[in-house]
Amino acid sequence: MPESRMPENGTPESRATATPTRAATAADGAEESGPLLEVRGVTKTFGHGRRRLTALDGVDIRLGRGETLGLVGESGCGKSTLARVLLGLERPDAGTVRFDGTDPFALRGKDLLAWRRRVQMVFQDPFASLNARMSAADLIGEPWRTHRDVVPGAKAQDKRVRELLSLVGLRDSDAHRYPNEFSGGQRQRIGIARALALDPDLIVCDEPVSALDLSVQAQVLNVLSELRERLGVAYVFISHDLSVVRYIADRVTVMYLGKVIEHGETEDVFDHPRHPYTAALMSAAPVLDASHATGDREILLQGEVPSPFDIPSGCRFRTRCPRAEDLCATEAPPLVARETRDADDSHASSQAYSHTALCHFPLEAESAWA
Amino acid sequence: MTTNTAVPSPPAADAPALDVEGLCVDLSTPAGRVRAVDGVSFSVRRGRTLALLGESGCGKSMTALSVVGLLDPAADVTGGAVRVRGDDTLKMSPAQRRRLAGPVLSIVFQDALTALNPVQPVGRQIGEPFRIHRGLSRRQAHEKAIELMTRVGIPEPRQRARSYPHQFSGGMRQRLLIAMAVALDPDVLIADEPTTALDVTVQAQIMRLLRDLQDEREMALVLITHDLAVVAQRADDVVVMYAGTVVENGPVRDVFADPRHPYTRGLLDSVPEHAVRGRPLPAVPGSPPELSAVPTGCVFQDRCPLVRERCVQERPTLRTSGDGRSAACHFSEELARA
Repeated sequence: MPESRMPENGTPESRATATPTRAATAADGAEESGPLLEVRGVTKTFGHGRRRLTALDGVDIRLGRGETLGLVGESGCGKSTLARVLLGLERPDAGTVRFDGTDPFALRGKDLLAWRRRVQMVFQDPFASLNARMSAADLIGEPWRTHRDVVPGAKAQDKRVRELLSLVGLRDSDAHRYPNEFSGGQRQRIGIARALALDPDLIVCDEPVSALDLSVQAQVLNVLSELRERLGVAYVFISHDLSVVRYIADRVTVMYLGKVIEHGETEDVFDHPRHPYTAALMSAAPVLDASHATGDREILLQGEVPSPFDIPSGCRFRTRCPRAEDLCATEAPPLVARETRDADDSHASSQAYSHTALCHFPLEAESAWA
Repeated sequence: MTTNTAVPSPPAADAPALDVEGLCVDLSTPAGRVRAVDGVSFSVRRGRTLALLGESGCGKSMTALSVVGLLDPAADVTGGAVRVRGDDTLKMSPAQRRRLAGPVLSIVFQDALTALNPVQPVGRQIGEPFRIHRGLSRRQAHEKAIELMTRVGIPEPRQRARSYPHQFSGGMRQRLLIAMAVALDPDVLIADEPTTALDVTVQAQIMRLLRDLQDEREMALVLITHDLAVVAQRADDVVVMYAGTVVENGPVRDVFADPRHPYTRGLLDSVPEHAVRGRPLPAVPGSPPELSAVPTGCVFQDRCPLVRERCVQERPTLRTSGDGRSAACHFSEELARA
């Protein structure tokens, strides 16, 4: 299988040459050129001096129109900071964010407002994220007070609220009820309808179903998948629940201490994880299949995630890695890529669609670990 | 019986360590009294793990709190029995019950930060059971605490014993709570969502620790959780709760392989683990009933795909079949065939 090793921090030239054909591989392949979202080398630190915390360290992600990117990692890995960068709420210290080819951080005034409409958010907690003194209709229509030209006129807004309610599986009569009259799952539907009110291209979902009960979680996941089919909206889907990510995401990015350590198509990452951390994460998640006896396939990691104030040298995962050797402490690991599709597949030529891992000693597909 | 001695003697080897029968709990709410737990029964022997499985509001935590006697004042146990070592704890005085807390019954809570005292060093909190129940001196209790901290995997326990709860990570705090709960070698350890707030890799560590401690001390473990996968991997028997009642129970393997209550079936189907991407998940429609509006017939009738006239009229009782399983459904045979 073809393998290529690239330096982790390529020069601008080498980066440019590595991705000559990206524009041609957008999800719909139509006249829309380029990916919807392209994040390159984004770094974000907080604090200063010795109390400097590195939340994101050279993060690259890419998302096509209508695609779903699953973002996986444990607390403190930087996934929520990344979400805030994508929403324009944090300005990165270094690196570039391109949304449909433009840099949102360069926008001002009207242009910025117009951009904000295109990126929306669904929050984790359906109880804290809705104003208890506003009815469902007010909550869903509130974004139109800022973005006045999206749905002008009270009548049109009323009609649109009803459409949105039915889109997320609520009834017309729910429009005048208040958050306390809804269950958790119904509130999350209101949160989704509110995000849809501005007809966005991208919705960042930060743990959207974690606060919900299992039987309700399935309903909300169904609403999200159906909207993707019908409206072609793209999702960045942050979750710690691997089975949810596997179900909803087209591709998966695994983060550890502010770095992307593995990226690839969902099936590839789940069935053949290449980074030892991903493998451990997969094995640690309990699975329903009772025939899996606990213990045999479990890779139990030692210790916990190190402090982001004091990131280990070399590979940041080495302190917990069962495969770590001396090299891992001294040298930053390379980005190892493996093509995962047949050569005639249109995606195969693009680095963005290959399966990459940041590791000196990546696992092979045939590994007994998987 | 032995109500006058400090702690009753340990049970015979095959007697259940904990036997709950027909437990009912009422809750006073602004809208009036509602029944939060309605006739819940289960029992667990030493060395075994029983899972109480259910979604929020199903009464599983309320059941656990009534067993250890830590119910909120707004809730009252209105019926049933909770037997440990042969005695009904519900008939005991508060002082008698307190004597059981630690050496017989113990609980690990979900939220370790609120369960620990923020203004006391952790070593002192972990040593407290030894001072109260065993009358050890402060210094002896401190040594015991350090021993326990070592056992549950706290690095540098001697130094860390002087730290305060906020100086520990979530996983380490959960270890501290577990240390405190097993300090006096209880017969029964109740763990209320012990890993819900933790990351996956830390969750695996905590579950492993609980299993090792259980093996080592032959405790009965009652695991309260909403996570089907945790139940599948960790428990011997499962009690599935819905709207305050037990809808199904039995050995985990059998119940998960061939559920006999439509709610259990619905829960198992909702897990995205085996779902195919792009195809809708078979979700259970609707949401659980409010406790003030639990239907008079079957509690699951509003969401059930098999619902008939009889389900509206008559609440199904938990019927036991020969194989150690029971289900509260009029039509469980149909489900088995479907």
